[in-house]
Amino acid sequence: MASTTAAANAAAITFTVNGAVRALDLDLRTTLLDALREHLDLKGTKKGCDHGQCGACTVLVNGVRINSCLSLAVMHQGDEITTIEGLGAADDLSDLQVAFLDRDAFQCGYCTPGQICSATGMLDEAAKGWPSSATDDLNTAEIDLTDAEIRERMSGNICRCSAYPQILDAIRDVAGAAA
Amino acid sequence: MKPFTYERAADPAAAAKAAAETPGARFLAGGTNLLDLMKLDIETPAHVIDVGRLPLARIEDAGDGALRIGAMATNSAVAADPRVRRSYPVLVEALLSGASPQLRNKATTGGNLVQRTRCAYFYDTAKPCNKRQPGAGCAAIGGLNRMSAILGTSDACIATHPSDMAVALSALDASVETVAPDGSGRTIGIDDLHRLPGETPQIETSLATGELITGIVLPAPPPGAQSYRKVRDRASYASGLASVAMAGDRIALGCVALKPWRAHKAEAALKAGAPPRVAAEVELAPAHGNGGNNFKINLTCRLMTAVIQDGRR
Repeated sequence: MASTTAAANAAAITFTVNGAVRALDLDLRTTLLDALREHLDLKGTKKGCDHGQCGACTVLVNGVRINSCLSLAVMHQGDEITTIEGLGAADDLSDLQVAFLDRDAFQCGYCTPGQICSATGMLDEAAKGWPSSATDDLNTAEIDLTDAEIRERMSGNICRCSAYPQILDAIRDVAGAAA
Repeated sequence: MKPFTYERAADPAAAAKAAAETPGARFLAGGTNLLDLMKLDIETPAHVIDVGRLPLARIEDAGDGALRIGAMATNSAVAADPRVRRSYPVLVEALLSGASPQLRNKATTGGNLVQRTRCAYFYDTAKPCNKRQPGAGCAAIGGLNRMSAILGTSDACIATHPSDMAVALSALDASVETVAPDGSGRTIGIDDLHRLPGETPQIETSLATGELITGIVLPAPPPGAQSYRKVRDRASYASGLASVAMAGDRIALGCVALKPWRAHKAEAALKAGAPPRVAAEVELAPAHGNGGNNFKINLTCRLMTAVIQDGRR
């Protein structure tokens, strides 16, 4: 493995976004969030606080949810990135997208893409048996997604309209259907 | 954010060498703390060395019942590991009480140890801070200091160390493995990694220039109960006001000092037969508040007492 040194303050970056390989020449300071929004015109992912506190920018990288605002695009060379646009289309919504509509789990909608990407990653983490602070038995292999578990596992996503009860309902619908 | 140059390190020793030879270099792992601070121009590295893909993410048997956790293992991966869950529940509870799931999926074991304080005056570049600008003064001492330290403070700094993980590591007597720019390795006890502020709060660890953390080693778990309790303003995703880690006979405190605070005095008092409340009072006898944080002394004392009592049930 060779060490790559960029003398300049820009770099050629290639990663896969929603199944398509994308190549970009970017200022090294470009966050993954800004690369998606400003350079690939994927405006579904939102910039809220830009400091990892609100979760509006949540995307999946290699299937794992992260805050795209606190990651440089250059750190994601070769990664597989999934945004809200990759989870479903208007005529082919994901289960969580349908549940958010059914349960009216938003008001202004600004946090919703982050909520849905986060919940998608969260359900996968729970299915893998990852514990949370709300898990009674740390050694359990089966996570029972109680309301307390869902709340704890979604605490990285803020909703300033405070649609939390409906967000919880929507996620519980999908988690319950999967169980 | 200031412009910088970037390289992806080929191996740990090369990363350490590059960091020592390049002025203004910083290691970048998960980036969750460094990038936050770079956006605020609090961290202004001229060169960023990306260590995030170094092959240091393994969690493996280290012999004699010990477990080695690679520096690039994410906080989530460590908390989900069956061996850690079985033998070191205090570490799992501490990790899961910190940050948010998205941050834990990115934040690394090594990065967690060297994250910077969350003191509001460290973050506010319009205010003096001896950590940011040595000699500038400390705005927290006469300012809003509800979250500030109560033990091991100095006239130069009353900030706290923000890690929950490190508090559990202190109670577990963990050690930190590093590689130096010349390729040599060494092991540092967790309680010798972080420094109290003294007159030089800008010097935060005992790491040499360029020295890279490669992993931590957890010795075989001590006999007895383990637990981590954290008191904070909201139930999840919030910094602590006080925290206590207990592993068998060992106790460490969080949110009280610029390092995880191993409670040696309380441990000795308990060994000599003192009741939990008395042992906690012995530990906190030198505690000092600056106004807004005075309540933390009693809060920490009570929390410590409760954790010890619960451990005996």
